[in-house]
Amino acid sequence: MENERSEASETREMIICRDVHKWFGDFHVLRGVNLTLTKGEVVVICGPSGSGKSTLIRTINRLEEHQKGDIIVDGIELTHDIRNVHAIRKEIGMVFQHFNLFPHLTALQNVTLAPVYVRRWSKDKAEEVARQLLQRVGIPEQADKFPGQLSGGQQQRVAIARALAMQPKIMFFDEPTSALDPEMIKEVLDVMIELAKGGMTMIVVTHEMGFAREVSNRIIFFDEGDIVEEAPPDRFFTECKEPRTMLFLSQILTT
Amino acid sequence: MTVDVEVMKPPRTEVGALGWLRKNLFGTWYDALLTVGSVAFICVVLYGVFNWALNTAKWGVVTTNIKVFMVGRYPYSEVWRIWTSVGLFLVMALVSLVVWKRNVTKARRGVTIAWVIVLLLTIVLLKGFGDLPLIPSVPINIWSGLMLTLALGIVGIVASFPMGVLLALGRRSSLPVIKVFCTTYIEGIRGVPLISVLFMSMLMIPLFLPPSIRLDNVLRAMVAMTLFSAAYVAENVRGGLQAIPEGQYEAGRAVGLNEGLVMVLIVLPQALRAMIPAIVGQFISLYKDTSLVVIVGLLDILGVAKAVTGQREWIGTQKEVFAFAGVIFFVTCSALSYASRRLEKQLGVGER
Ligand SMILES: Nc1ncnc2c1ncn2[C@@H]1O[C@H](COP(=O)(O)OP(=O)(O)OP(=O)(O)O)[C@@H](O)[C@H]1O
Ligand SMILES: [Mg+2]
Repeated sequence: MENERSEASETREMIICRDVHKWFGDFHVLRGVNLTLTKGEVVVICGPSGSGKSTLIRTINRLEEHQKGDIIVDGIELTHDIRNVHAIRKEIGMVFQHFNLFPHLTALQNVTLAPVYVRRWSKDKAEEVARQLLQRVGIPEQADKFPGQLSGGQQQRVAIARALAMQPKIMFFDEPTSALDPEMIKEVLDVMIELAKGGMTMIVVTHEMGFAREVSNRIIFFDEGDIVEEAPPDRFFTECKEPRTMLFLSQILTT
Repeated sequence: MTVDVEVMKPPRTEVGALGWLRKNLFGTWYDALLTVGSVAFICVVLYGVFNWALNTAKWGVVTTNIKVFMVGRYPYSEVWRIWTSVGLFLVMALVSLVVWKRNVTKARRGVTIAWVIVLLLTIVLLKGFGDLPLIPSVPINIWSGLMLTLALGIVGIVASFPMGVLLALGRRSSLPVIKVFCTTYIEGIRGVPLISVLFMSMLMIPLFLPPSIRLDNVLRAMVAMTLFSAAYVAENVRGGLQAIPEGQYEAGRAVGLNEGLVMVLIVLPQALRAMIPAIVGQFISLYKDTSLVVIVGLLDILGVAKAVTGQREWIGTQKEVFAFAGVIFFVTCSALSYASRRLEKQLGVGER
């Protein structure tokens, strides 16, 4: 494992998915996905509901288990070894559609929990870092409020700070703005744009094409458990060939 | 302007005591009828009770036997040990209240440890040791009266809580052996009345233990109450666990916590918090059920009451004695539910 890491070069591969398959019972959700992300790359995944976008990113940090194929994150292979699973989870920060903040803890405690118990930082250090992060996502004054007392946009920003607190090398966003009221979407996207420009490796499942245009390196159209086509944003909207992609684009771009 | 303000004032009959009366008690003719009827009924009952309590009742039986009610057959020369224990508990309760109220986070762990120490200390103090000069052994077998009631209640509550949590977690375990064992245990216990568990523990515990260890009857009763209550606590906790959405587990795992930490730091605090009212309700009913130990020959406060009224000089004093016992239960149970409400408020149940 260590050798593999040390031979990594400047454009090293942060995520490699090779022929990844997953079934829910008899239902074939992921059908041989191949995906590679290099360091600092920002990839936007879009596609119809139920196509398996969430399942794909949840598989990479083992919230779901895949049955066939290889997943390698920053040189660590995802196996049944629980140590590898934990090592990979430490590398990846995850932001959910419905925030999933811990409602019994304050915003600050939500952010400090994992650093204190997983990274074993002292409480003071964790709090200092947490306050900086809350500052960075623009809500330093909400530190001592509980999630139930925050707006959706504020909650999602706490969730981003919570994920960043573990100092991950990769961030996953699963439809981070689709549970938000329109006026709150921008404040969350701004944080994500700042992150992307700061060089974070990111996979973002979203239909926010403005965000995709502004910061993504690649847009992936995903349907029926596999990547249908992918292209850099400047070409994606004009040069896609598949009728499924065009149909999908016509639907989300008109609404 | 002034005229406007005058106009805006609500009609006199809508506000104040009069308005309240009108709205809530005499809203319609049948409301009025109900109000008058109930007031009359309450007056009659209250008059009867007070008349009896103040004029007819002979409280001598209570005042004369107060020590028996409180500590039963505990040697009177050793009663200071009970007072010391009660004092320790009160001091601890006060300290906890201050620490939690002031939110002195750092002191909380200390206070929790102190509680454990005080509990153990109390047991040692009350039971004593064979030939220690200061605290000679008092056989647990002769514990009786309110002291026994409280001891059974406190031990039952303190021991059945962690056991219930473990059972609830076991019931959701992915290991079939543990799951089947916990489910069978919980359903088995819930399927039989407490009395039969009490009898079983009197008869069966000696069979399981090596002959050299002999458990006192009181200890066996404590074991029985704990085993019984734990099954109900487990069901309450399970209800709380079910209410926690899968997203909470996922968020915990995603930030790198292992399954144990996810449970301890994220799931259990929310589940227990939501279930405080139900669990405290279970504890109150456990506390009241301690009076069933009379059946297996122990004298809790009701047992003592019965024994006292059976003595020749106190014949015909049942009313006084049982009224007294009822008041004692009422006061202690109210204290429990008050503590529960305080706890709920402190933890913000239903707010977050
Ligand atoms: N735990 C599960 N058990 C069984 N089927 C599941 C499970 N989770 C998801 N599925 C199914 O797998 C398919 C893919 O789900 P997934 O959530 O990955 O879709 P998605 O592309 O993220 O859709 P959306 O845009 O609606 O979020 C769906 O048909 C869904 O019903
Ligand atoms: Mg999804």
